[in-house]
Amino acid sequence: MTNDILLAGFGGQGILFIGKMLAYLGLYEKKQVSWLPSYGPEMRGGTCNCSVCISDDPIGSPLVLEPDQLLVMNTPSFDKFIGTVKVGGKCFIDSSLVEGKSDRTDIDCYYVPATALAGENDLQGMANVILLGKMIKETGLGDEETIEKTVKKVVPPKKAHLIDANIKALKLGMAQ
Amino acid sequence: MSELTLMKGNEALAEAAIRAGCKCFFGYPITPQTEISAYLSKRMPKVGGVFLQAESEIAAINMVYGCAGSGIRCMTSSSSPGISLKTEGISYIAGADLPCVIINVQRGGPGLGGIQPSQSDYWQVTHALGHGDFHALVFAPSTVQEMADTVTKAFDLADKYRMPAVILADGLLGQMMEPVAFDEDAEIKMSDASNKPWAANGHGNRREHNIINSLYLQAAELEEKVVARFKRYEQVKASETLAESYRCEDAEIVVAAYGSVARLAKSAVELARKEGIKAGVFRPITLWPFPEKEINTACENAKKVLTVEMSMGQMVDDVRLALNCSRPVEFFGRTGGVIPGPAEILNKIKEMMGGDK
Repeated sequence: MTNDILLAGFGGQGILFIGKMLAYLGLYEKKQVSWLPSYGPEMRGGTCNCSVCISDDPIGSPLVLEPDQLLVMNTPSFDKFIGTVKVGGKCFIDSSLVEGKSDRTDIDCYYVPATALAGENDLQGMANVILLGKMIKETGLGDEETIEKTVKKVVPPKKAHLIDANIKALKLGMAQ
Repeated sequence: MSELTLMKGNEALAEAAIRAGCKCFFGYPITPQTEISAYLSKRMPKVGGVFLQAESEIAAINMVYGCAGSGIRCMTSSSSPGISLKTEGISYIAGADLPCVIINVQRGGPGLGGIQPSQSDYWQVTHALGHGDFHALVFAPSTVQEMADTVTKAFDLADKYRMPAVILADGLLGQMMEPVAFDEDAEIKMSDASNKPWAANGHGNRREHNIINSLYLQAAELEEKVVARFKRYEQVKASETLAESYRCEDAEIVVAAYGSVARLAKSAVELARKEGIKAGVFRPITLWPFPEKEINTACENAKKVLTVEMSMGQMVDDVRLALNCSRPVEFFGRTGGVIPGPAEILNKIKEMMGGDK
């Protein structure tokens, strides 16, 4: 079973960070994982994306061109990638930032006002983590214990005071 | 072994170099290899090593020349345009029979090119990494763990044969993260010159001076030096080739690919197998020496061979030479930083094997 995931948004929204969270989540679930960022001119102020593969078997291509799951946090990424999602795939959209709706009927779209939720719950800057929470819930990627272990691993020591907030954000996303 | 942790290919390679006893690193920043420098700049001072950002690539490789001459394990890293600048120094290092490790995290070329992944430096690294009659050992890792493992191998063989060794990676391998394990209990021991009697280092006048040089004005003397070096190369060819064959036993078509493209080829081969095409992947791990015997064994049952690269077709020359017209060899590639998707490779496989096979 292979899960090809594409995460996309603007640079600075924490797309690469939640990608790393996902990859560690997969690693702690004893899966094969890979994480590949876009590192071109687009990450210097433009759109940014990140491919994450989680698989039972060794990962061939780490580059995700046709995702099973897509997470988008801006309109340009939504427009660019919504057509590439595999039939039967899932798309997670920050509906505070993306106005459009997909007309695809062969995939499941989840519209979560993640940025608004972050503002309302004193979790500024964590819309990415909230939206990731929704993805984790809908895809059953990890249990509570693994999620906690993952957050503690990926939040850098200098920001250790944000561990609880990250867990809160994930749980808020999972409750949507 | 310690627990698995996620690291970028560049970082894993840098950590592995320290663990291989690399005491000195001289570099100059360039995308997409910068994480190697960034990592070593933090880590080297903590383990008693030297990190030095030189004023240019040319300065960095000449610092490697000097450091290698003193018998200390040392390394430089760059990406394609920077490697071109280093080639003069690499030729001198080869001419002086010195071991060192050079990293090339390839990007698109020629010229400044782009910063996306590429494999268009194959010819340069395997055939002409500077002027003169010489070779460098060339390793092509395909996973982040292998980025780490091949560095150790590169240092060991560079020392054994007293020649430069190159790790030929690309932007994709350098930037991606995968699980990697290092032995956390292993002691980090910086290299010294104790087992290098040829090293030009301090000796308190207890022996004759060692002279390190690549200038031989007498033609006969220079010829003798070069011929002796090529005898050593024959030993390297006979005993140091490395390759991986993946599902080649019954393969009617073998896809030859190295580095990150071998991963894409494996994905394509899985797709082909699902459609009933018996396909396999042959992956050279050493590009020089090229694993000639291994590719012939891998292709024993193959009717056709396809070489896939992120270039206009460079390694395909060595594949054809190694197979010596025993079976047709075709090429598929993308270049300029475009990564060939498994679906594109599959299409080429299907085109070669006939529509309904």
